[in-house]
Amino acid sequence: MSVEKKKVEGWDEPSAKERLALLNRTETIAMVGVSAKKSRPSNFVATYLLSSSANFEIFFVNPVEDEILGKPCYKSLSDLPVVPDMVDVFRKSEDLPEVASEAVEIGASSLWIQLGLWSVEAAEIALAGELELVMDRCIKIEHARFHGGLHLAGFDTGVIDSRRSKK
Amino acid sequence: MNDREWGFKTRAIHAGGGPDTATGARNVPVYQTTSFVFEDTRDAADIFALQKFGSIYTRISNPTVNAFEERMASLEGGIGSVATSSGMSAEFLTAAALASSGDSFVTSSAIYGGTHTMFDVSLGKFGIEARFVEGDDPDSFDAVIDKTTKFLYTEIVGNPSGSIADISVLASVAHSHDIPLVIDATFATPYLCRPIDFGADIVLHSATKFIGGHGNSIGGVVTESGRFNWGNGRFPEMTEPVATYNGLKYWENFGEYAFCTKLRSEQLRDLGASLAPMNAFLLIQGLETLPFRMDGHVANAKTVASFLENHSEVSWVNYAGLESSPHHELANKYMPKGPGAIFTFGVKGGRESGAKFIDSLQLISHLANVGDVRSLVIHPASTTHQQLSDEDLASGGVSADMVRLSVGLEDSDDILWDLDQALEKASS
Repeated sequence: MSVEKKKVEGWDEPSAKERLALLNRTETIAMVGVSAKKSRPSNFVATYLLSSSANFEIFFVNPVEDEILGKPCYKSLSDLPVVPDMVDVFRKSEDLPEVASEAVEIGASSLWIQLGLWSVEAAEIALAGELELVMDRCIKIEHARFHGGLHLAGFDTGVIDSRRSKK
Repeated sequence: MNDREWGFKTRAIHAGGGPDTATGARNVPVYQTTSFVFEDTRDAADIFALQKFGSIYTRISNPTVNAFEERMASLEGGIGSVATSSGMSAEFLTAAALASSGDSFVTSSAIYGGTHTMFDVSLGKFGIEARFVEGDDPDSFDAVIDKTTKFLYTEIVGNPSGSIADISVLASVAHSHDIPLVIDATFATPYLCRPIDFGADIVLHSATKFIGGHGNSIGGVVTESGRFNWGNGRFPEMTEPVATYNGLKYWENFGEYAFCTKLRSEQLRDLGASLAPMNAFLLIQGLETLPFRMDGHVANAKTVASFLENHSEVSWVNYAGLESSPHHELANKYMPKGPGAIFTFGVKGGRESGAKFIDSLQLISHLANVGDVRSLVIHPASTTHQQLSDEDLASGGVSADMVRLSVGLEDSDDILWDLDQALEKASS
């Protein structure tokens, strides 16, 4: 599950505060490489993001499926009816630079590369295109960390805040 | 936000206990309910399939219990915790999660008698073999590990032997065989020792003791580090499809969160040994003052141990906080703030004097618990082990004159007075 985190020049992994701020700014997410199989991690993440736990508009990019979790699949990022705020990727490491290039091309604001994935080349493409970048993180876990889900499963969120949640 | 590394005392008060989202209640509310209404059928399906986090039924999860779990995970430096109805159930659930019929595990024999029996008899009935080794010598553990072995187990401070586990060496032994090290840290609490910092993978507590601290609630907790590679091939239940959850694989789907997810959604779900919300609330109250209480317990224990060591009616004192203890060096390594407040000593005159000593105590309570604000005492030879001969006692590591003391938070002068007057009566 662990990846070798090779240094990306001019970039530090976003802190917890920065990850939360990014999620708060994000309204639309294009998920690239989600499996239609219910048991796959990507399908779990998609189900979570579509559930009442989260409040995103989700688009699937998958050239071999017509529909995932009742939503249509688009062949590529450029086929989407909107410019998504975020591109969330589940593809293997070799495919990441290509997805990063497409994300820059369509004008997305951020690239989120999922847990267990790391690509210096993809990172450099995203940063050159002025996209915000997260790598080797699960968007479901990070969302659940800040919105009570991890807490309800007995996990340490690291969150200490005396202010009332605005959720 | 977790950009700041909050201190231990801050986390003891705040971790897992933000203002209640529904009401703004500042203290953690007691969610005294069996069940939680779903938003709709899709919501229910998502939660049941583990695709969404949420509360279903208090046997599996409850918001008051969750607050206790997150606080324990934070204090232990683990990724997450699962609370249980008692320390014994924390041990049983962990063994049930890691081992199946035909598997084995290696444990020190110098552990709490109740655990010894559960390992030997109850787990044995299910075909899980406990391999007992003398003391905490890491080489003895190493020698009996084979391909059926799923974990190593010991107590940070042996009950009642008082030995201190060499956690980092035991962790190396375990990891060289691709198996986790499980440490029962009940006598230390995360304030005195965090076994995960020394390489342990799973930490267990009887929260009944110092964590609750006030002798009012039975409870237990399992905390995992989130660092163990459950995909190493020795734990097929972590890597193969789970039929009851649509074919998901714990390790693939949950990664570092896999062990705690499995423990809750299989072992806790199936065995039903869940912590009651009211008990979780009381244990949380205990945690909030844990650092202060433990400092007080250790200070009193050191005073009492030194006093007893110099008392004419005491034949020996076994407290790792004393320089005379063979366990002193390891205690300094793993518990520099002090090795807790539970230890044993010998009353001159053996079994009869021991009984007389107990019956003469006025302040210190004679009962079968430890880790209370009150000072507690028990004399195994005249109570829990009274049916055994002196020879049988000795082979079980219990001598006829052995008294176990759990030093409380009363004025130390009063504790010394009570011990002194009872020792005088025992000798007359």
